[in-house]
Amino acid sequence: MALKMVKGSIDRMFDKNLQDLVRGIRNHKEDEAKYISQCIDEIKQELKQDNIAVKANAVCKLTYLQMLGYDISWAAFNIIEVMSASKFTFKRIGYLAASQCFHEGTDVIMLTTNQIRKDLSSPSQYDTGVALTGLSCFVTPDLARDLANDIMTLMSHTKPYIRKKAVLIMYKVFLKYPESLRPAFPRLKEKLEDPDPGVQSAAVNVICELARRNPKNYLSLAPLFFKLMTSSTNNWVLIKIIKLFGALTPLEPRLGKKLIEPLTNLIHSTSAMSLLYECVNTVIAVLISLSSGMPNHSASIQLCVQKLRILIEDSDQNLKYLGLLAMSKILRTHPKSVQAHKDLVLQCLDDKDESIRLRALDLLYGMVSKKNLVEIVKKLMSHVDKAEGTTYRDELLTKIIDICSQCNYQHITNFQWYISVLVELTRLEGTRHGHLIAAQMLDVAIRVKAIRKFAVSQMSALLDSAHLVASSTQRNGICEVLYAAAWICGEFSEHLQEPHQTLEAMLRPKVTTLPGHIQAVYVQNVVKLYASILQQKEQAAEPEAAQDVTQLMVDRLPQFVQSADLEVQERASCILQLVKHIQKLQAKDVPVAEEVSALFAGELNPVAPKAQKKVPVPEGLDLDAWINEPPSDSESEDEKPKAIFHEEEPRPAKPRQLEADEEELARRREARKQEQANNPFYIKSSPSPQKRYQDMPGVEHIPVVQIDLSVPLKVPGMPVSDQYVKLEEERRHRQRLEKDRKKKKKKDKEKKGKPRRHSSLHTESDEDIAPAQQVDIVTEEMPENALPSDEDDKDPNDPYRALDIDLDKPLADSEKLPVQKHRNTDTSKSPEKEDVPVVEKKVRKPKKKEKKHREKGREKREKGKEQKEGEDLDFWLSATPLPAAAPAPEEPGVNAVIAASKEEGEEPGREERGAEEDEEDERDPEKKSSKRKKKQHKKEKEERSKDKKKSKKKKPPSDEAAEPVENGALDEDPLPPMSSYCLLAENSYIKMTYDIQGSLQKDSQVTVSVVLENQSSSFLKSMELNVLDSLNTKLARPEGSSVHDGVPVPFQLPPGISNEAQFVFTIQSIVMAQKLKGTLSFIAKNDEGSTHEKLDFKLHFSCTSYLVTTPCYSDAFAKLLESGDLSMSSIKVDGISMSFQNLLAKICFHHHFSVVERVDSCASMYSRSIQGHHVCLLVKKVSGKAWGPAKLPSPPRLPDTNVLPEPPAEASPGGTQTGWGGRDVQPLPEASVQQGQDLPPQAQVRAGHPAVRAAQEGTGIAECGAGPEAGRAAAPWRGAR
Amino acid sequence: IILSQSEDTQQQIIRETFHLVSKRDENVCNFLEGGLLIGGSDNKLIYRHYATLYFVFCVDSSESELGILDLIQVFVETLDKCFENVCELDLIFHVDKVHNILAEMVMGGMVLETNMNEIVTQIDAQNKLEKSEAGLAGAPARAVSAVKNMNLPEIPRNINIGDISIKVPNLPSFK
Repeated sequence: MALKMVKGSIDRMFDKNLQDLVRGIRNHKEDEAKYISQCIDEIKQELKQDNIAVKANAVCKLTYLQMLGYDISWAAFNIIEVMSASKFTFKRIGYLAASQCFHEGTDVIMLTTNQIRKDLSSPSQYDTGVALTGLSCFVTPDLARDLANDIMTLMSHTKPYIRKKAVLIMYKVFLKYPESLRPAFPRLKEKLEDPDPGVQSAAVNVICELARRNPKNYLSLAPLFFKLMTSSTNNWVLIKIIKLFGALTPLEPRLGKKLIEPLTNLIHSTSAMSLLYECVNTVIAVLISLSSGMPNHSASIQLCVQKLRILIEDSDQNLKYLGLLAMSKILRTHPKSVQAHKDLVLQCLDDKDESIRLRALDLLYGMVSKKNLVEIVKKLMSHVDKAEGTTYRDELLTKIIDICSQCNYQHITNFQWYISVLVELTRLEGTRHGHLIAAQMLDVAIRVKAIRKFAVSQMSALLDSAHLVASSTQRNGICEVLYAAAWICGEFSEHLQEPHQTLEAMLRPKVTTLPGHIQAVYVQNVVKLYASILQQKEQAAEPEAAQDVTQLMVDRLPQFVQSADLEVQERASCILQLVKHIQKLQAKDVPVAEEVSALFAGELNPVAPKAQKKVPVPEGLDLDAWINEPPSDSESEDEKPKAIFHEEEPRPAKPRQLEADEEELARRREARKQEQANNPFYIKSSPSPQKRYQDMPGVEHIPVVQIDLSVPLKVPGMPVSDQYVKLEEERRHRQRLEKDRKKKKKKDKEKKGKPRRHSSLHTESDEDIAPAQQVDIVTEEMPENALPSDEDDKDPNDPYRALDIDLDKPLADSEKLPVQKHRNTDTSKSPEKEDVPVVEKKVRKPKKKEKKHREKGREKREKGKEQKEGEDLDFWLSATPLPAAAPAPEEPGVNAVIAASKEEGEEPGREERGAEEDEEDERDPEKKSSKRKKKQHKKEKEERSKDKKKSKKKKPPSDEAAEPVENGALDEDPLPPMSSYCLLAENSYIKMTYDIQGSLQKDSQVTVSVVLENQSSSFLKSMELNVLDSLNTKLARPEGSSVHDGVPVPFQLPPGISNEAQFVFTIQSIVMAQKLKGTLSFIAKNDEGSTHEKLDFKLHFSCTSYLVTTPCYSDAFAKLLESGDLSMSSIKVDGISMSFQNLLAKICFHHHFSVVERVDSCASMYSRSIQGHHVCLLVKKVSGKAWGPAKLPSPPRLPDTNVLPEPPAEASPGGTQTGWGGRDVQPLPEASVQQGQDLPPQAQVRAGHPAVRAAQEGTGIAECGAGPEAGRAAAPWRGAR
Repeated sequence: IILSQSEDTQQQIIRETFHLVSKRDENVCNFLEGGLLIGGSDNKLIYRHYATLYFVFCVDSSESELGILDLIQVFVETLDKCFENVCELDLIFHVDKVHNILAEMVMGGMVLETNMNEIVTQIDAQNKLEKSEAGLAGAPARAVSAVKNMNLPEIPRNINIGDISIKVPNLPSFK
């Protein structure tokens, strides 16, 4: 056997390995293809061998060949063989090859399902990892469906390496199998708070990606993300979150308001350019979403623009590019702020980097105004000349057109100039945008009546020189402009100076080389031209000239009749016959001009592209009604039209009784006429435009666009530019005269309620010909009551649409993820399954019981969630209308404020938590154990002495919000909302509420957020807050100020306004509660004058102020308890009347704990101090009546600790603080599997908790207090499997 | 290295990308607007240029541009650590290893890990695992491979590997 192996490996050494292959290919540069095909043959031989190492080597080489572009799909089966090798080395090669060449169409892919499942559950994390990586590349809907459950299990794997990958791959699974999204989502959400930064970042990643596509479904996560944003230090995660907020704010402007402050802070504080840039981006998004300006908005915009300017001025081209990119976003809503930086943008136009030039061009779009348009376009035109590449030149061209035509040409004051620009553009060589120019020419000529004369003259010149355009650049489409030129000259032929000459130009033989569609337009417009010439000649009584023209037509038209293009041919032969007929008539001296021009009478107006769709259904027209009477027995079928639809066979209807309706019909006809008259889309039969204007009712109500003509236009090189200045003055004068007239019209129009600028037609036709260019713009016509609609914008094929799933709805049974039967045992062992309870209910029967409460809670919550979600978010968003306000709880379960405050009211003088506990003590004395009682009493004393103030105080940190939810603290009854802010002080001028937050990043600092609300009618300014520092707690003051100086509040308060200021305090010891005296001084200014006022307050820091909510996994928690490093104590509280859920919620919210696990009426909770101490807490309810919160804080509580969940004292005797102390931020092991526990419902309050090292053997639990249940209660802590 | 594209399209994308990227000047910005080939205007090419190598990532708008530049830097530094002074030949001859390293950073088009130490740790652990698996049986092969290398007259030095642009797939959904 061994011999065989050795032999095998000796064989192998003479096989080519990957390096040999690469080397070989490089040595055979000339006959590479031949060499490779030779190699492929070898590989095929190798694949036939039994030795897996040989196969793996072959597959490895194939992977390389695939990279070079060779198809290796024929080896798919061999790849699978290698994937299923037992050695990691080979497995990895197999998966790599699979990820390169497998795709949805690979049929053998279905063979991999079981192999992948096996690898996913492999004990080696790298097997699992490599399978996940491979799967992420080739997952198919089938694989996604079959493996979704396995992957979901892996999301709670003990190794962060696996969790991270499993979380990330879920996105791919969702894409392929959208049904998995809802079942998996709760767990995904949970991973947002995973202790491992990699896992957290992966979860953020996935949710951001999901939310980017369907943001509205993820709005409810905003509080959670907000918390992450304020607590995370990982720039990568921050960037993601900030980008996500950018996507969410358009849906919820209030969110934006909340965001501005923290984002602004980040902008000021971060040194990472990438983060800075994303912050600016999101602030911009926020500003865009806020329609109504908040007072400090202009400051934010200024800040953004300023920062962007720095970016743009940076020598790093990347920053410059991004700066311009972001600037263009600001431009959309705040063009003014950007316009100030025009110099910079113009400068970038000269940059040597094309990407930057393009971005600068984008910006120009928004920077133009009436004043600078000409100047900017001139600059662009000079760039057009200089531009070397056609791509860039084309881009310039489109930009020029975009800039000029934006908003219905609102910036153009002189259309002659614009037409000249367009004509000049036609001289560009090699542009692909001929059709764009053509469209502009047509558009302008049609919409701006006053310009027609000028346009026609330019166009005829263009037609005259058509040979230049057509010959040199025919391929490139500039000849498209001839299409426009021909049409304009034909349609508006009455303005032609030399119609005959133009006619000849259009009939030149050269024309037949133009593309067919242009020729067709030529032919058609030749006739128009011809008609107008005829009319002219007849009026001038020159029948001979008229006959000459006809002859010309007869001579030249045949060249078009011979065209290969059917359209041209048809039109030409038709017209030729017509002209011949005319010729005959002319020969008989019959006047024909009138009739010929009647062919083209009428005016064409632009119609909005969606106009047809939006024509409102006229009153009285019921599209669902039968046109013909359906057979019906009753005469008055109107009464029962429903019956008609139930008819089995609709038979041909008999005609309505005509006689009876005669009168009615007449009436309707009248009405219809009336309607038509008012309907701008109805094409009237009036023969001439002039007449039509007079006939049209209400035309004079149509607004005429006023053009600001204050800019003298100078376009060097333009044929007519000199005239502009002169015209200018003339016009200005006219304008003044007309202003009054127009004002009247405007009033009328307002009465009519027509949207501005709709169908602004000329009111008087003589204005059309007036020499001064009164420029009017005819806008697209739309039905008056057309609704804006975007439905058509959605792409039904968008793959992300499938993921547009409401995540808040409760899970239905049918949504279970498919689970393989044989996996039952495995899955039931896996921890945290309960988070997807409904889905997995069946699979996990054995576990179900233990987890029932959670499921129940979850189900309930989910039921209530739908309505609540929205409200809660509302609450979060509106809790404090201030930027950076503390988020209020998202979930009902946490909303305990009212309850809390009520209780506090009853028990003034107690710290809230103590209060709850004490209450119980009093009401249920028989329940407490004497031991505990002693403790409790002692404690109470301590507490009472210090707690007077606390009743006022609620101190959950703002980031508490969604915590309990994540931890599964579920609510049975909805709690009233809790606010984290409590009253600090109040007088007639101002009300102060505050909240204290710790942060894990700064171990000796807490931030006090003070909301100042102006309750008076005075304007409050120069506010300054000062605090008398204690030894332990000091206010962080600006550098250089003495300890007696106050800290200025960075804002002023107009009456009725509130705002939030943050103050940082440094803390020495966190085991001491502190009260600090302070004063807020301010100047109140009202009509009578200003007074200097002050308000004293006492700021109370309780020990739980120093705790920071930190999630903890149950297994990590168990380890912690087992470690024996914690010290413990317990307390019993009677008389608590609220439900257990509410209690937990309150503890979580106000004391910064998170629930690790809850079993029936027993819950373990965890928190961490800002200095990294662990605090574990077991809360139990005894016999359904009393609560026995057992606290397991750590080292012995110091006497002056007055808060229940004591912070671990650092100075614990006996070295108990190992593993606690200090800043060991991540001491928690990763294991996440934990045993089920089955507590007797009646378990006595047991403070069992902290895993004191005195733990009872075998249970690993520490508990104080005796009792038969001790052991059982301890069970949950047994940890480890 | 582009996913779910036919080999031809992949090659075309790589060619075109190389064409685009290689003709850019040294001091222009490192972003290229997406063309149709790489999936429309939402996508961008972000690249970094190291001596003869271009590292090109194609990302969509959910990625931070500067973030990706950093990511490329991390990638290159990781390569450097894993290969001990990486040179282009390392990349040419050990494409599989490059892939494995990349797989620790980017998974299915989504950024997986940005912490270089973490990546290197995982790669080392995997290498160790690989070595232990090879064990005795692997020894002769390694020896032969060493001999082969020695016998090689000379590894050609003047290759322009510029055209091996490492491309992260990520089309529609780069993370």
